[in-house]
Amino acid sequence: MPKKIKTPLSEADARALKAGETVYMDGIVLTGRDEVHIHALEYLEKGKKIPVEFKGAALFHCGPIMKKVGDKWVAVAAGPTTSSRMNSLEPGFIEKFRPGAIIGKGGMSQPTVDAMKKFGCIYLAFTGGAAVLAAKGIKSVEGVEWFELGMPEAIWILNCDNFGPLTVAIDAHGNSLFADVNVKIKENEKKARAKLGLS
Amino acid sequence: MVTEQDVSNAVVELLRKTVVKLPKDVEDALRKAYASETDEVPKMQLKAIVDNIDMAIKGNTPMCQDTGVTIFYAYLPKDCKVDVEKGIVEGVRKATKEVPLRPNAVHPITRKNPGDNVGEKMPYINWRIHDKDYIEITVMTKGAGSENMSQLSMLTPSQGLKGIKEFVLNAVLRAGSNPCPPTILGVGIGGSSDIAMKLAKEALLRPINQRHKDPEIAKLETELLEAINMLGIGPMGLGGKTTCLGLNIEYAYCHTASLPVGLNVQCWAGRHGTVRIMPNGKTAYPSHEG
Repeated sequence: MPKKIKTPLSEADARALKAGETVYMDGIVLTGRDEVHIHALEYLEKGKKIPVEFKGAALFHCGPIMKKVGDKWVAVAAGPTTSSRMNSLEPGFIEKFRPGAIIGKGGMSQPTVDAMKKFGCIYLAFTGGAAVLAAKGIKSVEGVEWFELGMPEAIWILNCDNFGPLTVAIDAHGNSLFADVNVKIKENEKKARAKLGLS
Repeated sequence: MVTEQDVSNAVVELLRKTVVKLPKDVEDALRKAYASETDEVPKMQLKAIVDNIDMAIKGNTPMCQDTGVTIFYAYLPKDCKVDVEKGIVEGVRKATKEVPLRPNAVHPITRKNPGDNVGEKMPYINWRIHDKDYIEITVMTKGAGSENMSQLSMLTPSQGLKGIKEFVLNAVLRAGSNPCPPTILGVGIGGSSDIAMKLAKEALLRPINQRHKDPEIAKLETELLEAINMLGIGPMGLGGKTTCLGLNIEYAYCHTASLPVGLNVQCWAGRHGTVRIMPNGKTAYPSHEG
């Protein structure tokens, strides 16, 4: 049976999960991609107030399609974006803000894997493009911050119920499914090159 | 008489169909891939994808939140009197609100988002004149995750076929998990730097189960696809048999001193659609029949 996890996540919650496990998430999830990372780090440096609490939070690399129905926002489509774009920003973000989980697709580079190990954070892979499935796990949109960054780049505060399936792709012990796959790819590359007549 | 309004209405409907439902060849390939994967992790990724396809159709909802930027190919009759460009631009504006599409188009430097997917040279329209009496408009809604992995290489003629294979294989390895595999690859060979990239993108419009009419090119398509699927990148880069759903090549004659090769990477959600607007204003959507 897939595990259930609930946000906010303590360091112990994060460390209890192992790479390869499937989980479903309940509770508040915050979206944040390129601009949120840049802004949050800038705000912190300048001592400006950040409108959400990132500690223990699940930060979702996602720029959703939202629709206003009456005075409420509704998530239409909300799949993950490519996490590697945040590779250079994430280690600093994890150190400064201590989120419990990052949700995204495609995995992240070694400095992020190291930061996750050091500070107790996990990376949860959600299937890229499966945006309607993702929206189904969002019970309601609690609010939006930094809306001036544009719909894809704002912080959307999502109240989730059984959000998933999520694969623990990087755990808080230095294990990464992507790194494991990369080892196999290196091996397979030789066979592919031989097939193409390349040395 | 076809009016601008007819064009914009047709474009709204075209965009709705395109972002909600995949072309049949792509959907079939994904279902086949789901059936063929045996390991738990890739199987689960593909299950999420095929479930999502069904849910998008059922809810008439965009299958992915990244509804891309809108790349158009417009074919006009010789005596076309209607301002098709205005109709397309208006259609994109309306579709952004009504479908809805994510407002993706921003100024490249200030990153300011006008909120309606319309800006300088966007939507981008490729123009052609054809020998028919109807207007045909094809749109590709191209997400950034895969587009960001696209590449151009100006090879030397001596690098030849081996150089082309090396370039494609290395680009796929470098893209890895990022472009939402299983991908579809468009390869443009020859022409010039810009033509190779244009051909690479246009190659994505051909059904992936249809090989190039030149048997040598067809053979190269199959060989590259099989080699790429030996890599084991797998769905979402989490390992598995299916790394690439299809690979299409288009080529053009080039300068004797050049060998340009372009690669356009498409995520699994290979969305494109076509509408025909007849002289009486009636519309048909050959890409989304049935």
